[in-house]
Amino acid sequence: MLINDESRAPVSQKPNKLELPAEKEGIGSNVTIEINGEKVTVPFGTTILEACKNNNIHIPTLCHHDDLCIAGVCRICVVDVEGMKTLQSSCTFPITAPIKIKTTTPMVRKARRHIIDLMLSEHFGECYSCVRNNNCELQKLAKEYGVDRYNFGHIQKSKYDVDKSSFSVIRDMDKCILCKRCVRTCIDLQEVGVLEAVNRGIDTTISTFLDKPLADVVCINCGQCINRCPTGALHANDPSDKIWEAIDNPTKHVIIQTAPSPRAAICEEFGMEPGTSLTRELNTALRRIGFDKIFDTNFTADLTIMEEGTELILRLYNALVEGNAEVKVPQFTSCSPGWVKYLEHFYPEFIDNLSSAKSPQQMFGALIKTYYAKLQGIDPADIVTVAVMPCSAKKFECERPEMRDSGFKDVDYGLTTRELAQMIREAGIHLPEMPKSDFDDPFGEASGAGLIFGATGGVMEAALRSIIELVTGNKVENVFQNAKIIPVRGFEGIKYVEFPIEGVAEVPAILKPLIPDWKWLEGVTLKVAVAHGTANAKKVMENIKSGGKLSECHFIEFMGCPGGCLGGGGQPIPTNAKIREKRAEAIYAEEEGLTLRKSHENPYVNHIYANFLLDGPCGELSHKLLHTHYTKRGKFID
Amino acid sequence: MEDLETVKFQPVIFADYSPGEAIRKAVGISRQDVLFELKESKIKGRGGAGFPTATKWMLTAAAKADKKYVVCNADEGEPGTFKDRFLLLEHPELVFDGMVVGGITVGAQKGFVYLRAEYEYMLKSLEDYLQQMKKDNLLGENILQSKYNFDIEIRLGSGAYVCGEETALIESLEGHRGEARNRPPYPVNTGFMGFPTTVNNVETFAAVSHIITKGGEWFRNYGTDKSTGIKLFSVSGDCEKPGVYELPWGTTISEILDLAGASNTKAVQVGGASGYCYPKTQFDRKLAYEDAGTGGSIMIFNESRSMLKILKNFMEFFVEESCGQCTPCRIGNAKLLDGIEKLEKGEYTFKYINQLIDLGRSMQVASKCGLGQTSPNSFISILENFREEIFAKSSGGRNVN
Repeated sequence: MLINDESRAPVSQKPNKLELPAEKEGIGSNVTIEINGEKVTVPFGTTILEACKNNNIHIPTLCHHDDLCIAGVCRICVVDVEGMKTLQSSCTFPITAPIKIKTTTPMVRKARRHIIDLMLSEHFGECYSCVRNNNCELQKLAKEYGVDRYNFGHIQKSKYDVDKSSFSVIRDMDKCILCKRCVRTCIDLQEVGVLEAVNRGIDTTISTFLDKPLADVVCINCGQCINRCPTGALHANDPSDKIWEAIDNPTKHVIIQTAPSPRAAICEEFGMEPGTSLTRELNTALRRIGFDKIFDTNFTADLTIMEEGTELILRLYNALVEGNAEVKVPQFTSCSPGWVKYLEHFYPEFIDNLSSAKSPQQMFGALIKTYYAKLQGIDPADIVTVAVMPCSAKKFECERPEMRDSGFKDVDYGLTTRELAQMIREAGIHLPEMPKSDFDDPFGEASGAGLIFGATGGVMEAALRSIIELVTGNKVENVFQNAKIIPVRGFEGIKYVEFPIEGVAEVPAILKPLIPDWKWLEGVTLKVAVAHGTANAKKVMENIKSGGKLSECHFIEFMGCPGGCLGGGGQPIPTNAKIREKRAEAIYAEEEGLTLRKSHENPYVNHIYANFLLDGPCGELSHKLLHTHYTKRGKFID
Repeated sequence: MEDLETVKFQPVIFADYSPGEAIRKAVGISRQDVLFELKESKIKGRGGAGFPTATKWMLTAAAKADKKYVVCNADEGEPGTFKDRFLLLEHPELVFDGMVVGGITVGAQKGFVYLRAEYEYMLKSLEDYLQQMKKDNLLGENILQSKYNFDIEIRLGSGAYVCGEETALIESLEGHRGEARNRPPYPVNTGFMGFPTTVNNVETFAAVSHIITKGGEWFRNYGTDKSTGIKLFSVSGDCEKPGVYELPWGTTISEILDLAGASNTKAVQVGGASGYCYPKTQFDRKLAYEDAGTGGSIMIFNESRSMLKILKNFMEFFVEESCGQCTPCRIGNAKLLDGIEKLEKGEYTFKYINQLIDLGRSMQVASKCGLGQTSPNSFISILENFREEIFAKSSGGRNVN
């Protein structure tokens, strides 16, 4: 293994996967158990919950989540195991002996009903005024168990103030049922550790360090906790009212850009199975809602590749050839705002490794309020830019003070996939039935390279396609079949790949002013890595700090969320590995159907360099509009 | 301890013992021999749950791991229990010797005493005692010139009742929030820092010291078939002679009442707040794992006491002490207390009270750890055994729905 796999989760919450003891091998690795009288054979160490699931026996769960370590705290999944005095939580119980399980005895049903009643008695608020109405696991359970009254009362007064301090994540502890999924998401899945239970007994609540507002702690805004909250206790900061207002205001020119991941996932919000991209249906829906222009974020993803790729070449040239020690290598990607804030908090000493190129969202904002405004003769003050993102951290990103290089707020509102789906429903539109239509000019077309930004490894693949072609002069299709750079794809936590550069071409005209030739790259092995989820990012960073193998990398792609953007904190709920896989499939399938698949071949990008960003990638105007800087935040909280 | 009686039935725990005796014996015999004597004695855990000690040690000894731990649970938090305090103050040699024997037997090199925060005042004397043991080569490396190494460290709790539950105790030892773990896996496999760990009560270790020196059969002579040996009982409440009593298992409640000089007794709470409350009609019940089980707490209440107030006190305790992680315990206890307050005001329906008793039964089976599984015991037993008193005192069950 490249990197050790230590998790910060307490022993009690680590997965209950039991190692097969050596002495059991003699009797085989399977155990035959009885579930409700039926004999079933399962692998040693399977939990009762998994065993039941695999045999189509439904067991209700709340604190359990496929992505997270176990908790066993809600107790809703209890079952009867013969010979045991008490009921056992099926999510935590590893099967190591031929036990007999009953899943719906009167005692089990009564206990579950009691647990639901108890949760409801402390769950403040009404379903119809909740963002999770119709997609709430507690509500679903109440229905499943036929709750038609509050047997143990219902809390009538709010106990906690809603924490609205964060631009991204809102916490409403009145709705919390203390399943601790958010705690486990934060500490175990993401290894950030912002949330933890405080106080005891009935006063237990989930809190931040010293109960500070979320905006004042080391929260990276990734929103993974939102994706896993079973109720409405955590939700994103929804700007849709303000967006409606702008749409309804005839003096405002409202532009929306759509990122690839929401398009690959929004179908889930309309009752479809995961795995269908509704890109062009969405364009029609957005027009019907009343947006004036619809642009494709992939266009600025292409632009990001040009800027970030050029920056990488310059970095390598300055560091390796010129020997400039102040230039930091490896270069880290900077398009994931969750990752950026994570680095600012936890590894501020590496801030100079971050690419100064803005994320596609912010590049677009800056271009719209400068280039586009001028082109169309619209006062940028009258332009409202909205970005549909799979992300809650994008809301924070567009509020950064350094993101106002156009003289205005480059992007006015970050809108999540879920919030956009809500706007579409409110407009009376059933998205899947929409006719297809195209994006608007002058940013009409984007490459497949921009599209795959949505999946982990996508930015790296896009960058490599261009770097390989521009440096070696070889068609990427000749190196990788169908231009699919498989080694950087997939959901492995950390991917490390080496590409030897054999033979170099002439430097293309667009880069000629910056680099005289490629000779210095001849025979060099390009080393790159890809990490998704901040837990993996942490492992990479620790490896780099200790001078490990990854410190020799030239370029590393980091995504704050597991799976990359398609698993972002603004995506439809629920999420799990299977759903994320389907979304990735949708993105890659859509990409393969495109003819334009390399950023540097995008004619609209080249048009921008020919007509607006006249001094080319990483030139002066690029630096003013498309590049930024970061803040060393550190971990210490006042 | 001047204010408390110590009644010595027939010296077992308080039998003659010279410090280090058990260790001397243990280093001379094989680990199997130690386990054999333990098995012969049929001793069960003295903390209250009554798990066979020999089995626990055997499982820990059999577990394959680089490190193992022995933990002495001195978090004596059950209301009405003070026998561990007595043992630690008066007979630390029994407890520590038992831990060393445990370490040798299960293959651990390190032991912890998890001392409840309120016992901090005895920390110095216990640590002095450990220093002396080291000087006497009863602790440390190559104990009594043998191949065994074992050291003991005392760690203080922070006042949470739940940390008396062995897995919550381990979490606390590791520096985490005191919350019970999921079982299985059990601490004998996955305990402190994930290593096999045996956690035993103070009294269990003390008894082990005697069992090793005097033999399992000797110990088994006392008590009943299923509850062997003698037990220390912490007797408190409405009696002339509260104190620590050393009595064989099988002693009846009324025998204890006689010994303690209790008169006019209305109720006896056996097993502390998490135990059961017995009315007069059941004073012939035997104190034993198979009948009225207890970790040692015997609380005596005379006719002047209000059962509802007693119950309220217990439930307030549990609402305060629930760690809050699992639903049945966190909210359930609060609901039971709520019901008691309604009873006090007379604003209840029988239906609602019965519903709460039902809820209590669900809590007993669905809670994550022993705390929530036993906290409804007093609620259920007092409401069932003292129905007349409780419903007579309240105003008769006005339907307020």
